[in-house]
Amino acid sequence: MIVIGFIGFAIKQSFGDPIREITGVSVSVEERNKLREELGLNDPFLVQFSRFIKGAMHGDIGRSFFYKKSALKVILSKAPATLELVFCSALIIVLFSIPLGIYSAINPRSIFSRIIMGGSTLGVSIPVFLTAILMIYIFSVELHWLPSYGRGETINLGGWRTGLLTLDGLKHLIMPSIALSSIMLPLFIRLIRSEMMEVLQNDYIKYAWAKGLAPRRVFIVHAFKNTLLPVITVGGVQLGTMIAFTILTETVFQWQGMGFMFIEAVERGDAPLMVAYLVVVGLIFVIVNTLVDVIYGLVNPQVRITGRK
Amino acid sequence: MKRSLVFLSLVVILTLGLVGCSSEKKDEAPAKQDSAETTAPAADAGKVLKLAMDADPVSLDPQVQLSGGMMQYAHMVFDPLVRWAKDGSFEPRLAESWEQINDTTMRFHLRKGVTFHSGNPFTAEDVVWSINRLKVSPDFKGLFEPFTEAKVVDANTVDVITKEPYGLLLNMATYIFPMDSKFYTGKDESGKDKAAIVKTGPSFANTNESGTGKYLVAEREQGVRTVFKAYPKYWDKAGNVETIILTPIKNDATRVAALLSGDVDFIMPVPPQDLKRIESTEGLELVTMSGSRIITFQLNSERFEPFKNLKVRQAIIYATDNSGIVEKVMKGFATVAAQQGPKEFASYNPALTPRYDLAKAQQLMKEAGYADGFACTMIAPNNRYVNDEKIAEAFVSMLGKIGIKVSLKTMPKAQYWDQFDARVADIQMIGWHPDTEDSANYTEFLLMCPNSETGYGQYNSGQYCNPEVDAMTIQTQTETDTAKRSALLQKIEKTLYDDAAFVPLHWQNLSWASKNNMNTGEIVNVQNFPYFGNLVIK
Repeated sequence: MIVIGFIGFAIKQSFGDPIREITGVSVSVEERNKLREELGLNDPFLVQFSRFIKGAMHGDIGRSFFYKKSALKVILSKAPATLELVFCSALIIVLFSIPLGIYSAINPRSIFSRIIMGGSTLGVSIPVFLTAILMIYIFSVELHWLPSYGRGETINLGGWRTGLLTLDGLKHLIMPSIALSSIMLPLFIRLIRSEMMEVLQNDYIKYAWAKGLAPRRVFIVHAFKNTLLPVITVGGVQLGTMIAFTILTETVFQWQGMGFMFIEAVERGDAPLMVAYLVVVGLIFVIVNTLVDVIYGLVNPQVRITGRK
Repeated sequence: MKRSLVFLSLVVILTLGLVGCSSEKKDEAPAKQDSAETTAPAADAGKVLKLAMDADPVSLDPQVQLSGGMMQYAHMVFDPLVRWAKDGSFEPRLAESWEQINDTTMRFHLRKGVTFHSGNPFTAEDVVWSINRLKVSPDFKGLFEPFTEAKVVDANTVDVITKEPYGLLLNMATYIFPMDSKFYTGKDESGKDKAAIVKTGPSFANTNESGTGKYLVAEREQGVRTVFKAYPKYWDKAGNVETIILTPIKNDATRVAALLSGDVDFIMPVPPQDLKRIESTEGLELVTMSGSRIITFQLNSERFEPFKNLKVRQAIIYATDNSGIVEKVMKGFATVAAQQGPKEFASYNPALTPRYDLAKAQQLMKEAGYADGFACTMIAPNNRYVNDEKIAEAFVSMLGKIGIKVSLKTMPKAQYWDQFDARVADIQMIGWHPDTEDSANYTEFLLMCPNSETGYGQYNSGQYCNPEVDAMTIQTQTETDTAKRSALLQKIEKTLYDDAAFVPLHWQNLSWASKNNMNTGEIVNVQNFPYFGNLVIK
């Protein structure tokens, strides 16, 4: 975490001058310098960094210039939006990639699998923001089915503002989560398909067939479970990509989450908020990858056994 | 056994997910009814305007930052002494009338019976208090430098005194949004002064307001949405909008889509590429207007020897096809400029016309002794002005035709201004809109000799310096005879034109789009402070 903080801090210097954003154009140079001095922006790098670390020890990772409050608070208030979005896209990915992947692995030649594969190539190659804008034009501008921006109505559940419990909120969720999943979904379909096809070639599958097991048992219990191992690993790593893509999706849909907040912070030169975002995202990465390792152990006995030795 | 256990748990997780989804969907129906019931009476109570802008106010304190967004906010929640009318005259607001008592004193007679949102009555004390606060606000103190003080005459009369005769006093009065002095006096919960002007931290004034404007801030989640409700005791009965819901939508395409899909009623600004589409959509109204923000290039003659030569500077202006840029790059959404101030300004000199003439440019380069051209550097922002990067690229290719090889670097505005101040390149781009709505302001900031003590020429990265222009500009500050002042300003523009002091491109147009059931055209203005208090929705 300290390393991430350090890197974030090192690059913030090149992000530009926050003073410009918070003062009018005709403000004199003296006034600007005075303000810069007050904020401690003139201090040498190491002094600023040690001040940051000192604060971080007490849970204070800086104060956003724009929101005028603690950066951590700002991020926490934006986090539910992003987490709900990521959760819903993950749900879409899991619900669709597994059946579609298995189906196209079992019947590689059927027309339906060819359509899936063709569609997934298309999905991977269209950039997220294009998918998003296309969807906005089709479903909100032309057909007036779905709202074009924002989170809609939210309900406050003990500080967690959720859009999952209102119809309006769910409607607003549909397009952003599809857009966000549009990159990962095809990737997972292809991954599951190729892994599964490879597994199906294995001797123990042939043996299972020979034993006369029901196809369902062969495919799901024997083949699919072994397919899952690489999928979980990739999934953990891809979560990072997913967070990166929330930045794009959230910008297009004016989704009030962390990604959108980060882009705005970069544009405004709101350095403390940028650094705080990097630290928090770094933390999420560490947690998720730890979880993946744990799950991996649960699914794959080999990992546990080698670990014991 | 273990395998099947793992499998079982997977299935359970999946089904849980499915059940979760479907149960959520079942919950929807009652939720919808609830919201329909709660919104129905609200709709009867008054008209609601759903407004989308590219940003929302950074603070609730109207004196914390001088920017377009903050002024738009101030016109909704506060009310100025006077405000700009469409024809460039002043419309009385909190000041009902005003008279010049002597050379340096203006007496304002204030509207009676006005109250602040807190319920406190509005008096001359509040005007004096607000002017004093403006004089210490980092963003406004420069503009209020010519003011000595304001004095209470009686509860409804106030004298504003300037150091010297000042022709722009009423222009400045459009920035005086009286604040509730009683409300903002004292200590807040954390023991800090309620009147403190704080740019980067929490303060009472940043999160609380008490103005005299038509709207009070009912709800605010910064960067997400702000809800304005009409103040029932507001004195001006024009306009019928009870509630304004302001949502910032930063992405241009999304903002337009929100209007097209009917999710919002009013958007500003409208990106140039979507003007046609909105114009041709039934039920929508597009209003555009030529603005006063001039886009220019500055040629740094201190840094780069050839720019000292008048002929070279002229050649560059003759080589710049600014009407081509307006047509191709700006899609006609700008007005070609040959001088700093647009037509409405006192400085406008109709004799100064755009000068594109490639043959003449080549001729001038030859005469200057640079027939083979030269190479130089240039910087421009890529997210500050409309199409700034494309304009810079077009300019580079135009200069290529007279043999000038320009190496262009573009960057985001967060980095640009430091580079601009450091004058890192021979040619630098800058746009300017005068806060005073007066043309002398352009010259003061962009073209007077740079002087760190007086602050003149703060953005003069071309380091153009002509003592004659300086003298004339300073003279305009105290000249109160409008005819004489106008002649002086026109002479300045002529001198700058002949001197090829800068490369003029165009004035950016302003744009607003809304549903066509409201009087959008009447409430918008060239200052881009829409008067939402006067908006009537049919």
